[in-house]
Amino acid sequence: MWAYLTRRLAQAIAVVFVMAVIVFFGVNVIGNPVDILINPEFTEAEYQEAIRALGLHLPLHEQFFVFLGNALEGDLGISFVWGEPALQLIAQRLPATLELAGAAMFLSIVLGVPLGMYAGSKPHSWVSKSIVSSSILGFSLPTFWVGIMMIMVFAVMLGILPSTGRGDTVLVFGIEWSFLTWNGLTHLAMPAVNLALTNIALVIRLSRAGTREVMLQDYIKFARAKGLSQRRITLVHVLKNTLIPVVTVLGLELGSLIAFSVVTETVFAWPGMGKLIIESIQVLDRPVVVAYLMLTVLLFVSINFLVDVIYSLLDPRVRVSGAR
Amino acid sequence: MKRIVTLAAAAIVFAGASASAQTVKVGLFAEPSAMDPHYHNLGPNNAFSSNVYEALILQDENQKLMPGLAVSWKPINDTTWEFKLRQGVKFHDGSEFNADDVIFTYERAPNVPNSPSSFGTYLKGKSFKKIDDFTVHAITEKPYPLMPVDLSQIVIISNEVGKDVTTSQFNSGEAAIGTGQYKFVEWKPGDTILIERNDNYWGGKPAFEKVEVKPIKSNPSRVAALLAGDVDFIDNVPTADIERLKGDSNIVLSSGISNRVIYLHMDRFRDDSPYITGTNGKNPLNDLRVRKAISKAINREAIVARVMEGVAIPAGQLLPPGFFGTSDKVKPEPYDPEGAKKLLAEAGYPNGFGMTIHGPNDRYINDAKIAQAIGQMLTRVGIDMKVETMPKSVFFSSASSGGPDKTPKYSFILVGWGSGTGEASSALKSLIHTKDSAAGFGASNRGRYSNPEVDKLIEQALATVDDAKREMLLAQATEIAMNDLGIIPLHYQVNTWATRKAAGLKYLPRTDERTQIGSLVKE
Repeated sequence: MWAYLTRRLAQAIAVVFVMAVIVFFGVNVIGNPVDILINPEFTEAEYQEAIRALGLHLPLHEQFFVFLGNALEGDLGISFVWGEPALQLIAQRLPATLELAGAAMFLSIVLGVPLGMYAGSKPHSWVSKSIVSSSILGFSLPTFWVGIMMIMVFAVMLGILPSTGRGDTVLVFGIEWSFLTWNGLTHLAMPAVNLALTNIALVIRLSRAGTREVMLQDYIKFARAKGLSQRRITLVHVLKNTLIPVVTVLGLELGSLIAFSVVTETVFAWPGMGKLIIESIQVLDRPVVVAYLMLTVLLFVSINFLVDVIYSLLDPRVRVSGAR
Repeated sequence: MKRIVTLAAAAIVFAGASASAQTVKVGLFAEPSAMDPHYHNLGPNNAFSSNVYEALILQDENQKLMPGLAVSWKPINDTTWEFKLRQGVKFHDGSEFNADDVIFTYERAPNVPNSPSSFGTYLKGKSFKKIDDFTVHAITEKPYPLMPVDLSQIVIISNEVGKDVTTSQFNSGEAAIGTGQYKFVEWKPGDTILIERNDNYWGGKPAFEKVEVKPIKSNPSRVAALLAGDVDFIDNVPTADIERLKGDSNIVLSSGISNRVIYLHMDRFRDDSPYITGTNGKNPLNDLRVRKAISKAINREAIVARVMEGVAIPAGQLLPPGFFGTSDKVKPEPYDPEGAKKLLAEAGYPNGFGMTIHGPNDRYINDAKIAQAIGQMLTRVGIDMKVETMPKSVFFSSASSGGPDKTPKYSFILVGWGSGTGEASSALKSLIHTKDSAAGFGASNRGRYSNPEVDKLIEQALATVDDAKREMLLAQATEIAMNDLGIIPLHYQVNTWATRKAAGLKYLPRTDERTQIGSLVKE
């Protein structure tokens, strides 16, 4: 068991190291940040000075060792643009992104599951057919276009929702949350729906397919024969069994909701991580890009490592074959 | 000065009308990267810091100099400028402004850690001496006419914040103490910046009680936020939306010419230019007739009318006429495709040659579309053009030093230049003068154009303190460089701002392209 875990840990560390190499050198191949960040009226001497100020005068491999040394102490560099630690910048914007992703996830479930189950239990009614066919739109319309259209309709034409930005926030546990104020909720509504659209469509289709399958199972027939009400059958027996694939898929989707919030955050000027990362890429703010990618790598590697640990606890065969 | 008087008058007139707390909401294209006014010498930062801080000398909407924290300035001998400071000015924290703050600022500004673009540019080779509490001398080794312009770029901070003040302390507001029209309140990066009126401002009461600035980078979202009334004022109105907004009775547009010229730079230092084909290893751009032909083949009116939707002005030199050091004698080259073909034939290219134009696609207004238009126009006179545009993060590094031995990579590029100082010396020094790293000339001369006659005039102008004489020298240098087509100017950018009519606001367009609350006035 311990031999197995040690080996897995060593592998995890190796993966993080290899990713650090790839990410660092990959990001450093493109362009020169000084060309973007410096005032165009520079002279050669100032250009060299800016290169030194950002630590770009060292050869690339030395820059890498500096980065590695600092990273081991938990310092992923200072942003070229903002002049503040990259990790701090990301941490500052993390709550906004998590809030948006969480709201989108919530919407996908509360809208997707009932609609999908309805469509699955009454597959031939016209309501079901229109639910299913409109879910195609959710998949196929590009997010940025839907976002702009929503702004046009709800903010510009009807004037019932604010167009962009994050509303008033309240401080809970030292973090600013906007969904606890009415003003914040109105700001959150459009971006959350926009981000959730694809997932709502996905959940509709999954729960519809699941419902149709479950409805034909023997235990449903048995429940009916037992004389249970349709209501109880649907809300307890069908729902439970339909939710299994939905939960699996949504778990996977949460990661991509956080990662793909870039487009939604840009359209709605939502001050989250996605907007930070895309703007950092545009101006070659290498420390922020590297820090963001390294955090992602670390997150996935640790999840995988934990999963392996749990596997080995659950399944003795893994332990035994690992020890050999 | 006049502006401040009108501002003050407007403020008095409207003081009664808006008794309730008025918050002006601003949608900004580019967010400043720090609240430290000496951290990053770049447009968005400088524009924002001018709300909270002030320099000794201010620039009005047309970049004319006017008194700020200095009431007067003059050269007292060839190498010394004397600045008389304004008395009775208080910083936002109540402390008195005097010469110590000025000396402190000029010591700190060039030495901010991690600064990606330092303010050292404006302070290099100058030393400052406090004569008394309200007199400062600036001393240079050689005569230096640009002293007032340079010092108009550096805002003064209070020496109370201490020597070791950090950029973070400014960002948190702890050290963000200036003398400007507005006091810093709070900055949530990516979300909002809040500033409020400085009631003790020396130039009269500033127009607005509170200003909330929101960065909205996405163009359609920024316009939508204005239409929806979520913000009262936006900058960088996209050209595609101008027609529509003109027809909207709720919106007031104000647009003005900028100090930015969009131009073509040509490879002038290689005999065998990498992106030119079909010339047997010769560089046709070294032939004045070919450069002339290219300039004649470009229909500037069409670019302005179609690509820029009418929001630009055809250019014939480095800065729009009227700016300091421009020439009345150079005009935009008229469109003449027949003449262009004739010149190409005379130069020995009756069947043209092959060439690629490179340019950025996210830097200037409609940059990629302009490059495509140029490609088509030159193809029409027989030059076989290819067009390649790319993100600015890739383009500028390659265009400056992407070739072997850090030489420029491309043969023919589309770029732009904004003269921050508001006089032609800026562009002449950086784009036209022979590249000379040691002396700080030609840093952006990506075509490596070199003309000793022009160089001499530029150097002479930069050592002439007498304004009339310097203006003449600069105009002369401009004329020679333009007749020689050191660069091919295309158009001057026009910037557009938009306000909501209901808010009763109007923006006085600035030639330096900045969005400053001081230039936003009540109608």
